[in-house]
Amino acid sequence: MRITQGTFSYLPDLSDDEVAAQIQYAIDQGWSIAVEFTDDPHPRNFLWDMWGLPMFDIADAAAGLHEVRACRDAYPERYIRVNAYDASLGRQTTALSFIVNRPSREPGFRLDRQEGSDRQIRYSLQAYAAQRPAGERYGRNETPNGAGHPGPASG
Amino acid sequence: MTGTPDSPPSDRWNAGVLPYAQMGYYEPDYVPKPTDVLVAFRISPQPGVPPEEAGAAVAGESSTATWTVVWTDRLTAHEHYQAKCYRVDPVPGREGEYIAYIAYDIDLFEEGSIANLTSSIIGNVFGFKALKALRLEDMRIPLAYVKTFQGPPHGIVMEREYLNKYGRPLLGATTKPKLGLSARNYGRVVYEALRGGLDFTKDDENINSQPFMRWRDRYLFTMEAVNRAAEQTGEIKGHYLNVTAATMEDMYERAEFAKELGSVIVMADLTVGYTALQSMSRWARRNGVILHLHRAGHGTYTRQKNHGVSFRVIAKWCRLIGVDHIHAGTVVGKLEGDPSMVRGYYDTLRLGTVPLNLGQGIYFEQEWGSMPGTMPVASGGIHAGQMHQLLGYLGEDVVLQFGGGTIGHPMGVAAGATANRVAVEAMIKARNEGRDFRAEGDTILAEAAKGCQPLQTALDTWGDITFNYESTDTPDVVATPTA
Repeated sequence: MRITQGTFSYLPDLSDDEVAAQIQYAIDQGWSIAVEFTDDPHPRNFLWDMWGLPMFDIADAAAGLHEVRACRDAYPERYIRVNAYDASLGRQTTALSFIVNRPSREPGFRLDRQEGSDRQIRYSLQAYAAQRPAGERYGRNETPNGAGHPGPASG
Repeated sequence: MTGTPDSPPSDRWNAGVLPYAQMGYYEPDYVPKPTDVLVAFRISPQPGVPPEEAGAAVAGESSTATWTVVWTDRLTAHEHYQAKCYRVDPVPGREGEYIAYIAYDIDLFEEGSIANLTSSIIGNVFGFKALKALRLEDMRIPLAYVKTFQGPPHGIVMEREYLNKYGRPLLGATTKPKLGLSARNYGRVVYEALRGGLDFTKDDENINSQPFMRWRDRYLFTMEAVNRAAEQTGEIKGHYLNVTAATMEDMYERAEFAKELGSVIVMADLTVGYTALQSMSRWARRNGVILHLHRAGHGTYTRQKNHGVSFRVIAKWCRLIGVDHIHAGTVVGKLEGDPSMVRGYYDTLRLGTVPLNLGQGIYFEQEWGSMPGTMPVASGGIHAGQMHQLLGYLGEDVVLQFGGGTIGHPMGVAAGATANRVAVEAMIKARNEGRDFRAEGDTILAEAAKGCQPLQTALDTWGDITFNYESTDTPDVVATPTA
């Protein structure tokens, strides 16, 4: 399956040039840029790991794209997304969020049903990948989440 | 005209009938206070009734007055409670019509009650014989009064964070046919539309609990569909479960059941009334469920230019009442909606401060304080081929609902949903890349359709469909381009 979270998941995967164009748009709006990655794509998991701090006041898209590439190099088998954040009064929320890297295989989700009385069902969604320990979820051993992932490379 | 507090007529308190203007309801020198509720009425006086007297009569009948002098006024500080018509302007190009501006002291209204506000402002006066027609065009709700309302249970920002969906309009569809599907068939339509790429599906306004499908059965089958679609996509999905019913007790029962099943959203119809909506709004805030409002019935009083209540006022009341979604027009679809007027509705729902803009029918600046925005919903006769126009007119914080444009797709419901989703993502991407998406819209869609047969089929099927009828509700002032 293909997880369709994010603003552009129904389009073909974005090229680096296309990613840079979206980052440039965000910069032009005055938004900050953050790169995040995860191996638990449950739609309620908003706490993707931060690839360093959000980038405020970057001059152009190249700096943002550099971090995307660095994160991809470190975690090629995880979901990586770019978030653009609008800190203006009345918004103070994510303005754009799109996936820029996926694991080579996406096993998807299992829907659990707990059947109750009166035909009521309680539903629960489980990512198949998350049944394995963190760091072993998408076929390739990587540094486990939170265990000292590199911050943004300098430059 | 006389009747200012400085110069009351000497016979002001004699028993009998006195013109409203002389009773103090017309005060051209009055300077509105920041805490006054200000109202712009379009009045069409009967022949022989001066417009100032007509404006004063509206002020009187919507505040303290009755048809004759009453001595019991003298037991009150009556000037404080009298509404004051402070300005009357002829409407350019519309003979016999005037805009009367009336100020009401904030003390006239119960805190946080739309029922009370509307019982005053539109309670009696619309049947008044001295007027041929009367229309409530706009209201300035003072911030002091705004702050007595809860407002949207969640608002646009919280809804997006709750749904984990950013940077594009949300997509929905109303299940069709509106009436007659069994719960099981209904659930199939919901599932196909959501797994195909829509964020929401929706009960129609007249789907409540009829013999062909009782509410509880619909909720059960629908929530299976919603959860199956989430499993297929890894996205949060929702279906507006309509809780509209005959009594509040029934509505609460249905809403509670929707919540227990894990629905992220419920809906109600405007026909349930303002008080019922305020109750549902509190329920929705308390229970973490998004509240969608269908404006069922509004066309009976919003559409005619010279009589009724403008939809921008309904939109304002509904943001105060506290709904997270409200249908507010499409510009390009099958339902009434002049582009600049619809823009005024959307601004009223979404902005923190709405500037005065007569070209959009907005007669007063409105300050909302920190009250969250309500997400406008565009629904009725729209399709993927209009995506550039929809984004251009309506912006990003909107739910675009393609009912026929999803379910009527020749390749099936899921394909119809995919066509809409690909179209909206392609248009956002192109806009962000700096392309002139309004002018290049057809090209952008054609490019996206090369990699998406469902979109190509949608464009082939509906690409030329438009609804070009003149709007009845248009602004009096048309902006002229300046060099």
